[in-house]
Amino acid sequence: MSVTELEFQAKAVESAPEHAIEGRSQWNLTWRRLRADRVAVASVVVILLVIAFALSAPLIASLTHHGVDQAFPNTGLDVNGSPVAPGVHGFILGTDDIGRDLLVRIAYGAQISLFVGMLTTAIATIAGVSLGLIAGYFGGLVDAILARVIDAALAFPFIVLALALAAVFHPSLSIVIGVIAFFSWAGISRIVRGQTLSLKEKEYIEAARSLGAGPWRIMFIDILPNLLGPVLVLATLYIPTAVVFEATLSFLGIGIPEPAPSWGNILSEAQTYYQIAWWYIVFPSAVLLITTLAFNLLGDGIRDAMDPRTERIFAGGKAAQRRRKRSSSKAAAAAVSAGS
Amino acid sequence: MNMVRFLIRRILTGILVLWVVATGTFFLFFKAVPEAVVAQRLAGRAATPQILAEVTRYYGLNKPIVVQYWHFLDGLLHGNLGRSYYLQEQVTTIIKQDLPPTISVVVGGVLLWLIAGLAVGILSATRARSLFDRFATVGVLAGLSAPTFVVGELLIITVFVQLNDHGISWVQTGYSPLTAGPVAWAGSMILPWVTLAVVQAAVYTRLSRGSLLDTLGEDYIRTARSKGLSERRVLYRHALRSALTPVVSQLGIDVGALLGGVIVVEQVFGLQGLGQHVVTAITEGDQPVVIGFVILASIFVVVANLLVDMSYAVLDPRVRIS
Repeated sequence: MSVTELEFQAKAVESAPEHAIEGRSQWNLTWRRLRADRVAVASVVVILLVIAFALSAPLIASLTHHGVDQAFPNTGLDVNGSPVAPGVHGFILGTDDIGRDLLVRIAYGAQISLFVGMLTTAIATIAGVSLGLIAGYFGGLVDAILARVIDAALAFPFIVLALALAAVFHPSLSIVIGVIAFFSWAGISRIVRGQTLSLKEKEYIEAARSLGAGPWRIMFIDILPNLLGPVLVLATLYIPTAVVFEATLSFLGIGIPEPAPSWGNILSEAQTYYQIAWWYIVFPSAVLLITTLAFNLLGDGIRDAMDPRTERIFAGGKAAQRRRKRSSSKAAAAAVSAGS
Repeated sequence: MNMVRFLIRRILTGILVLWVVATGTFFLFFKAVPEAVVAQRLAGRAATPQILAEVTRYYGLNKPIVVQYWHFLDGLLHGNLGRSYYLQEQVTTIIKQDLPPTISVVVGGVLLWLIAGLAVGILSATRARSLFDRFATVGVLAGLSAPTFVVGELLIITVFVQLNDHGISWVQTGYSPLTAGPVAWAGSMILPWVTLAVVQAAVYTRLSRGSLLDTLGEDYIRTARSKGLSERRVLYRHALRSALTPVVSQLGIDVGALLGGVIVVEQVFGLQGLGQHVVTAITEGDQPVVIGFVILASIFVVVANLLVDMSYAVLDPRVRIS
């Protein structure tokens, strides 16, 4: 610490007001706004509940004495061999086509769906951010090639290719993760590339370069932290997309192979039971919808919280109006008391 | 003049993309299955070694890969996608047969979701922060969060089963061709259309609302208003036109990708179209059909992108100048 800096600090301490004015960082502000957003807080609660539900799957299985792959042909199926309804014979959410406990399968399915959703998002984010940084920072031929690859990956009829890839390499958990990650990185990459293009022209990057920082240091230490905001929003919004993607692949029979349960393959089997077992379709659909909706609402909330323009939008809201009214009435009261 | 040069460049890029896709799929899928297996499939299970050799020679399966690739490209240029391994028919014939249900879903679905999405988006933008707007925002997120097949299955439970239980049999699953009567056709198509609309309209509502709100804040809108134009005229003649640009570019992406998305809808409602056939082809390992579909789907993407680029100039005068 330099002498002038010390002097400056000493002066600042001397003239400090009774309540020190706290500097608010971007993250600090975002966090404050996010906590004030009731929808975002509710989504976090819902997401935590779904995670808790997924983690407690073994507990649910041991409490109900129903294993995840355990079929109960005597109690779990009625005389016609159809699934039994919720509440019958201790099956809280009913049973599936071969008499397995639907609640236990949905809980274990939550593990797989969330795992696939989060892992693929992590892979896609890391790959997308790295490639976007490289393309944006180095520019030139590297950028030209990567930009074309990004365009191609975004323009591809991805369900078709995902179908075909899954078929060539036979369905498995790792193939599903690979396919989803492969089709998710490009969107992140494109945004990171654009941001990097504008950030690398900033003065502080020039300063870093003149201090002798290498390209990798500049990319990952100087530029990356400035991109964390948009990347965080994108990642939050990619999780539900990946969950839906996994469910769709499993629904088409090329995702998570049986007997491991995933929300998609449960719904795939449920398809033909729409006339006799509504619970078989409704419960897995509901959990899937609630989860993806919560992640989408949270992603939107984070985006709003990070956007400085939101403050202005909120200023038109009722809370701000009330605040303004209160402060103006206070001011009026003050004026009155001053006048008297 | 500039426009012509721009279009030619776009068409050339489109052809390049198609070539890349065709080459990629050829090497990935054709070569993923050994020649002997292919010959066996083409010749049938009870084929003698002589027939097998005959088939191998006839289809050129023993030729070097470069020669086979050349034949594949040559056929492609002449609109020949090869023969299906399972159905003894040309892939182009199969595609032609399977196209009507797929086209019905795509055309009706796109129209319905565009109309619904734009209508809700315009209403939300002109009544920003109203109760309607808030409901629409939640509805949009619900639509964005819902997988296509979940919407489809829920519609089957709530609409199809209920209506048919109560004796109304107009709404049906499975495909009823247009030639068998437009009423039955619409009845078999209404749920697939609604499914696509629920999932896709959300994107358009959000896009058109956001872009219309931005446009309504522009200077030229203030100018139009201060000229004394009616609000309706300002909205539909001045604002909406340039606000539509992002909507159109999204439409290009979605219509291009739709041939892929339609697979799920066809599967849920048992429409027996191209998408459902491809799923079977994939599980059977019928590579020519898969490749034919992938190429058709990418032609869709390329053409859709081209149309989008051309429509920019029509919609937004500012693009024409630059």
